[in-house]
Amino acid sequence: MNSNDTLIPFVAVVTDIRVDTADIKTFRVHSLDGDKPLKHIPGQCAMLSIPGVGEAMFSITSSPTNEDFIEFSIKKCGCLTEWLHRIEVGQQICIRGPYGNGFPVEGALKGKDLLFIAGGIGLAPLRSVINYCRHFRSNYGIIDVVYGARSKDDFVDYEEIENEWKKEDGMKVHLTIDRPQENWDGHVGFVPAFVKELGFDTTKTVILCGPPIMIKLTLEELIKLGFENTQIFTTLEMRMKCGVGKCGRCNVGNKYVCKDGPVFSFDQLDELPDEY
Amino acid sequence: MQKVMLERAKALLSDGTVRAVLAWEKGDFAYDTTPAVFNSAERLEKGFVYSPFCGANLSKYLIKETQKEGKILVFLKPCDTYSFNQLVSEHRIKRENVYVVGVECKGMLDIEKIREKGVTSLISASWEGEQVRLVTADGEILADSSELMQERCLCCKSKKHVAYDELLGEEGEVLDSNRFDEVARLEAMSAKERFEFWRGELSRCIRCNACRNVCPACSCEKCIFDNPDSGVQNKAAADPFEENLFHVIRAFHVAGRCTDCGECSRVCPEHIPLHLLNRKFIKDINELYGEFQAGETELPREPLTEYKADDVEPGVVYERGAE
Amino acid sequence: MTYKLNGIQLNEFFARVASDKKLYLPVDTENGARFEEWTEGKTLSSKLNTVRSAKDFFFPQVQGIVDFKLEGKNIEVIDRREEVKDFVVFGVRACDAAAFAVLDRVFLSEHVDSFYAEKRNAATVITLACSNPEETCFCSSFGIDASAPGGDVEARLVEDALYLSPLTEKGEAFVESIKDLLVSADDAVVEADKALIKAKIAKLPLASLKPADLRDKQLETFESEAWAELSQSCLGCGSCTFVCPTCQCYDIRDFDTGHEVKRFRCWDSCMYSDFTLMAAENPRHTQPERFRQRFMHKLVYFPMNNDGVYGCVGCGRCLKKCPVSLNIVKVMKRIGGVKNEQ
Repeated sequence: MNSNDTLIPFVAVVTDIRVDTADIKTFRVHSLDGDKPLKHIPGQCAMLSIPGVGEAMFSITSSPTNEDFIEFSIKKCGCLTEWLHRIEVGQQICIRGPYGNGFPVEGALKGKDLLFIAGGIGLAPLRSVINYCRHFRSNYGIIDVVYGARSKDDFVDYEEIENEWKKEDGMKVHLTIDRPQENWDGHVGFVPAFVKELGFDTTKTVILCGPPIMIKLTLEELIKLGFENTQIFTTLEMRMKCGVGKCGRCNVGNKYVCKDGPVFSFDQLDELPDEY
Repeated sequence: MQKVMLERAKALLSDGTVRAVLAWEKGDFAYDTTPAVFNSAERLEKGFVYSPFCGANLSKYLIKETQKEGKILVFLKPCDTYSFNQLVSEHRIKRENVYVVGVECKGMLDIEKIREKGVTSLISASWEGEQVRLVTADGEILADSSELMQERCLCCKSKKHVAYDELLGEEGEVLDSNRFDEVARLEAMSAKERFEFWRGELSRCIRCNACRNVCPACSCEKCIFDNPDSGVQNKAAADPFEENLFHVIRAFHVAGRCTDCGECSRVCPEHIPLHLLNRKFIKDINELYGEFQAGETELPREPLTEYKADDVEPGVVYERGAE
Repeated sequence: MTYKLNGIQLNEFFARVASDKKLYLPVDTENGARFEEWTEGKTLSSKLNTVRSAKDFFFPQVQGIVDFKLEGKNIEVIDRREEVKDFVVFGVRACDAAAFAVLDRVFLSEHVDSFYAEKRNAATVITLACSNPEETCFCSSFGIDASAPGGDVEARLVEDALYLSPLTEKGEAFVESIKDLLVSADDAVVEADKALIKAKIAKLPLASLKPADLRDKQLETFESEAWAELSQSCLGCGSCTFVCPTCQCYDIRDFDTGHEVKRFRCWDSCMYSDFTLMAAENPRHTQPERFRQRFMHKLVYFPMNNDGVYGCVGCGRCLKKCPVSLNIVKVMKRIGGVKNEQ
């Protein structure tokens, strides 16, 4: 029987592995016949699995405008991710998706000045939307990116940031690291304080992603600066199994993060129980 | 009895001896009692119950409750006191934070057996000598208690409290129980028959983990079956044989510490006689290392954790298993 | 249109149905009533309901998804799924039949679960009206009528005679296939039976229990102080979840046989400590939070997403099976329910 069910994955192949930091690698994935494995919109996720090891949801880091392949930036933090960090180019993996709503690139973000704020691996889901907006540059206003990492060596995709983002017209990148470090003449300090210091214009639409504590404190600063929670978007992380709102894992209030999210505005989150 | 207990609980609460009372709370029906922590006389007055349906062993709740400041009063039936002792000796309960009131028990009733008899709309049940008086909306029935009691109570090992600060009601004796008869029946089977018996019983397992979660001997802070990386997770497996092994492994884990309180079988929604696995271990331990009852004293010599020169040789165990 | 058996015994009827398709029905066992495949000699259970709910037919405890073979860096996906043959389930009670509708809303909504759908499509469900509802029954609280249980064919036993009313196309086809065993029945008998059952239900102890509409009180209900007290003695086991006809959470896991990897799904429970556990954190650390999730889902979240339909059908299994007698009735009475005993 030739089954067709979203729970049944297809096989794709890892064609490139880039070491970003000590615990983050970016995996390039092609379909077996060398094409792009799936089409997505920025902010959507896919289920990756190695049979016998596990299956988990990862955000697709590459932009949909990339016609050749998709990429995943993955931090080593559990059984499956540790396994992925040990694989070599040519390893086949199972994949299904894309899942989730993605960022409102054709809705709330369109025509707006955008402020992206990320901490650590939190840049991974934002990279897709940042590069999408760069590709359709005329559809969006000024782009600011505030990105913080533990150290200079912990920035994901530092080369792209330095060589492309920083040189792009109408795009400003503000980097910060947690503690002073040799050969770093940039900003030092945590993201929330940095955001306060930079003091952005409140007409911008904000996309925020990072560790829970960073999100919480940055949100407080943004509200103090005069931003409304309707202007601020984030993308949530919850344990997921099915990816299509049935298995119950990522249920928060009447929402399923996998299906109704992972992208939410903070006014939507305010209506949900604080369980994410 | 219930009245005496209630008065005593209220008194100990009001004079400050205890901060709260761990007991049973009545529900919508005569038989649905729930363990509860009562922190006021009003709540006790409203909900406290002690009836032939208070089967739940409260000792395991003391692990959490005695971590809190102040003393808690707990009512323990004779068999519950064995679990209590065992948990104290394993340093899981802080003895100084609990005030144990032993209460007499004439055996607990099995509501399913009562339903089987066609009794409905039960209002209350009470012991009357060897009989049970069932009051229903349609009238009263006097029944032989042996027909309505829980299996574990039909072969009660002891009416004696092995730990208490105070006793209410009459103290009983350790009983000459026939609880190993069923084990002997299983031992008499051929290996194939026994395998079939357990495969049949365990095939009904839904991996709800009620047996483990209620078990006073299963007090690990993190159970191996709750570790997603263990490969033996707490839910149904692709191969049902793995589920069967869950029970066998659990029986090994509690061997020598299981007091035979019978909660595992009481709570099993599928009526799997899980206590027979544990009882087999107890019988074996008795035969191989000498009579031993876990929880009988607070600081026991435990046959499986204490080496003695005359301990049985492993080969003997092996021979017993061979067929 | 209602039919009744043309002077034949129930077992003759079962034999005829089973000659064509597999027939499942509740039978009495030493351990309560269970759905089993009918074979010669098996008789219909005398019990009101089965230990395990009828959801097993469509959402079994374990369901294989797909197999994999790994060789070096390569992975092969092996689909061993076989076509599900048509089958008949007889004796489904109103509560379990209503639970199918709840499960349908989950599994047959967008991204249709084909494993569920194929079984659902293959089944002809013959319900059975509840001549003797029990005191733990409260289906009427959710607007379910045990005298008219629905399904493809609605059946009832009146004075040992079996009456059948087809309600769907599948039901019509079923009745057509055994037409020679049937004669037209008097609707008055059916109506009288319904009235009798309704009168019995009205007298049940939980008849007055009504769930509150909490759809616009999500946060308020979530933050209620009652949860801490309600969940105090919860053991964190999954017995309520697994006997529940509407609980549908599942896990997906891999089993390495040594030769290949079998990916399967199995029942899971939001009561379990690892349900939401992630590598870095767990949004629900404590048992009261997990307890709250289960009941919030049934009484608040599910109705919010499903036009007010509750995620409970009042079958009463959790009332009978919870090791410490905690159950949804106690929750409903405290959380916005009517006639709060406080």
